[in-house]
Amino acid sequence: MQLYDMPDDSGHFGPYGGIFVAETLIEALEELRVMYERYRHDPEFLAEFAHDLKYFVGRPSPIYYAKRWSERVGGARIYLKREDLNHTGAHKVNNTVGQALLAKRMGKPRIIAETGAGQHGVATATIAARMGLECVVYMGSEDVKRQAPNVYRMKLLGATVVPVESGSKTLKDALNEAMRDWVTNIENTFYIIGTVAGPHPYPMMVRDFQAVIGVEAKQQMQEMLGRQPDAVVACVGGGSNAMGIFYPYIDNPDVRLIGVEAAGYGMETGKHAAPLTANSSVGVLHGNRTYLMQDADGQIIETHSISAGLDYPGVGPEHAWLKDIKRAEYVAITDDEAMEAFHSLCRTEGIIPALESSHALAYAEKLAATMSPDQVVLVNLSGRGDKDINTVAKLSGITL
Amino acid sequence: MSRIKTTFAQLKQAGKKALIPYITAGDPHPKLTVELMHAMVASGANILELGVPFSDPMADGPVIQRASERALVHHVGLHHVLDMVKEFRLKDNLTPVVLMGYANPIEAMGIENFADKAKGSGVDGVLTVDYPPEECTEFVGLLKARDIDPIFLLSPTTELSRIETIVSKANGFVYYVSLKGVTGAGHLDIEDVANKVSAIRTKTDLPIGVGFGVRDAATAKLISNIGDAVVVGSRMVQEMEQSTEQNIVANLSALVAELRAAIDA
Repeated sequence: MQLYDMPDDSGHFGPYGGIFVAETLIEALEELRVMYERYRHDPEFLAEFAHDLKYFVGRPSPIYYAKRWSERVGGARIYLKREDLNHTGAHKVNNTVGQALLAKRMGKPRIIAETGAGQHGVATATIAARMGLECVVYMGSEDVKRQAPNVYRMKLLGATVVPVESGSKTLKDALNEAMRDWVTNIENTFYIIGTVAGPHPYPMMVRDFQAVIGVEAKQQMQEMLGRQPDAVVACVGGGSNAMGIFYPYIDNPDVRLIGVEAAGYGMETGKHAAPLTANSSVGVLHGNRTYLMQDADGQIIETHSISAGLDYPGVGPEHAWLKDIKRAEYVAITDDEAMEAFHSLCRTEGIIPALESSHALAYAEKLAATMSPDQVVLVNLSGRGDKDINTVAKLSGITL
Repeated sequence: MSRIKTTFAQLKQAGKKALIPYITAGDPHPKLTVELMHAMVASGANILELGVPFSDPMADGPVIQRASERALVHHVGLHHVLDMVKEFRLKDNLTPVVLMGYANPIEAMGIENFADKAKGSGVDGVLTVDYPPEECTEFVGLLKARDIDPIFLLSPTTELSRIETIVSKANGFVYYVSLKGVTGAGHLDIEDVANKVSAIRTKTDLPIGVGFGVRDAATAKLISNIGDAVVVGSRMVQEMEQSTEQNIVANLSALVAELRAAIDA
C-alpha cells in the first residue's frame, strides 16, 4: 500500500498549499524551511521537544471514557482526548513549544504571533516567557474586546498585545498584520503561526508538532481497548487540533476521520465559517491555496461563529486535500448545537469544554447515536472552556 | 512592441527616467478613477499602476490597505477595474497601465478569463503580489501569449540565483522593493538600493523600477539616478486621503508634477 506522504517538496497537498507570498517573505520562508528540515528528524531536537511536552505541558494528556455522557446519548462509547488538561488549557501549546525551540536554534530573539480567541496568543506568550524571548501578539480589536481575560493573561506573561483595527478586526486581520511585522523584521523575528495554514512549511510543521496528539491517542486506545476507534472527531477552524489527531491515523483506513466546522447561525444563512462543508470555491489567502469563504469578486467575506477560534474564512490546505481524496469527512455544527453539547458535557461529566471543542462534541453525539455500544468514537477535546464563560453567561442573559 | 517597452525605449532615447504613480482603483470613489488616471498622465506620469482592491492586502501597509477598504465600500471588484482601464483607453492609447493586486480576485475570475479580459481592456502589465514565479507558471504563459507583461517584485533579500529565475519569467520591467517591509514603510537606504540595483543589472537587461518608501521629491530624484523608473504609491494615496472630492484631481496632479520636475532636474 502507498503510504500517505504529503506535502510534496514545494509544500503542495495536491492542488492546495504552496507558497503564495510577496517576494519580500520568500527568503525568510526558505530559511525556515531549511532549518526545519534540518531539525525535524534531529534526535536532540526531538528529545528536547518531548522533554518540554512532558515536563512543561504535562503530556501525555489522558484519554477519558465519558461513560455517563455516552449512556445518555445512547449508542457508541465516546472517549475524549483531554487536550484541555494541557498547560494553558488547549492543544495550541504543543505547537508553540516546537516552534519556539526552532526559533531558539535559529537565533531569533523576538517572537510574533496572531491570535483569534487568544489561546494561541497565550500559548505563545507562555513559551516566550519561559525561553526569555520578546513576544508581540497581534489580535483583532473585536477579539480583544471579546476575549479580555486572555488579553490580560498575555500581558501578565510579558507579551505586548497589539489590537488590529483593519478589515473585520478579527483573526484574519491579525494574521495580515503579523505577516507585515514579519516582512519588516525578518532578521530578528520568528513568526509562530498557530494553525495548519499559512505558506509552506507552516502547515506541515504545525501538523508535525501537533501530531503528538494522534500518536499518543493511538497508543492509549490500544492500551485501553486493544483496538482503535471507529471514528475520530475534531473541530476545524484553521484545523490544527484536527490535523494533529488525524495525521497518525491517515494510513488506518478503518478509522473514520471527521472534521467539524462551525455552521454559525446555520449553513443556509450563509453566516458560518465552514468552507469545506459548504463546498466553497478554492482560492488563495494567507500564503496558501485552499477552500475559502469569498464573494464572486474574490473578496474574503466575514464569517460567523460563536467560537472565536473557529471564526476563520479559510482552512488548512491539508484538510482541503483530505476532503478531496475522501480520506476525511467534513460536517458543520451550528452555534446552538454547540451550546447544547457544551452544557451537556458540563452537567454530565464535570468538564467545561471550549466552545470550539463543543462543536466536535455536538457532532460526536449525533454520530454516536447512530452507532452501537460496541463501537467507539474518539473526540479531540481540544481545549477547556474557562475562557468562554463570559460568552456563555451573556447568552444566558447573565453579566459576570 | 508593447506599450511598456515603447515607453522605456522612448524615455531612454530622451535621457529620462520613468515616473510610475500608483493609485487604488475606486479610491476614494469609482467615478473619479479614470479622471485621476488622465490627470496623472497630463502631469508627467509615464506608466500608471492601478491597484486592484482586495479585502486582505497582506503586503501593503496601512495607507494602501485603507485605500482598498474605501474602494470596497463601493464594491469595486476586478471586473470594474478592467472597465476603468477600458474607459481610460478611449482617450489614451499610449500610456501603459499595470494592474497590481493579489492572486485571489484573479483566480475567482479564472486566470484565462482574466487574461482575455485584461487584453481586451488594454492592460499592459500585471503584478500579482502573492504569486511568486514558482506558483504562476500557467498564468505567466497566458499573459505572455497575449502580450501582457508579467511584472515581478525583487526584494532586498532576494538572492542572486533567485533573481535569475525571476527575471527569466518577467517582462516589461522588474520592480525592486527598496526596503524591507510593507508598502509605505520606513526610510530607505539609497546606497543599499544602488548596490542591489547594480547586482540586478548583471542578471537582466529589463528596465528596473524602484519603489516602496519613496515619500518625497528628493527621494524620487535619488532613486531616479539609480533605477529606470520610480514607483510612488503610498505617498500618492496619502495625498488623495487628505484631499476632498473637489480638490483631489488638482492635488494629485500637483504632486505628480512635483515628482516629475524633481526627477527631470
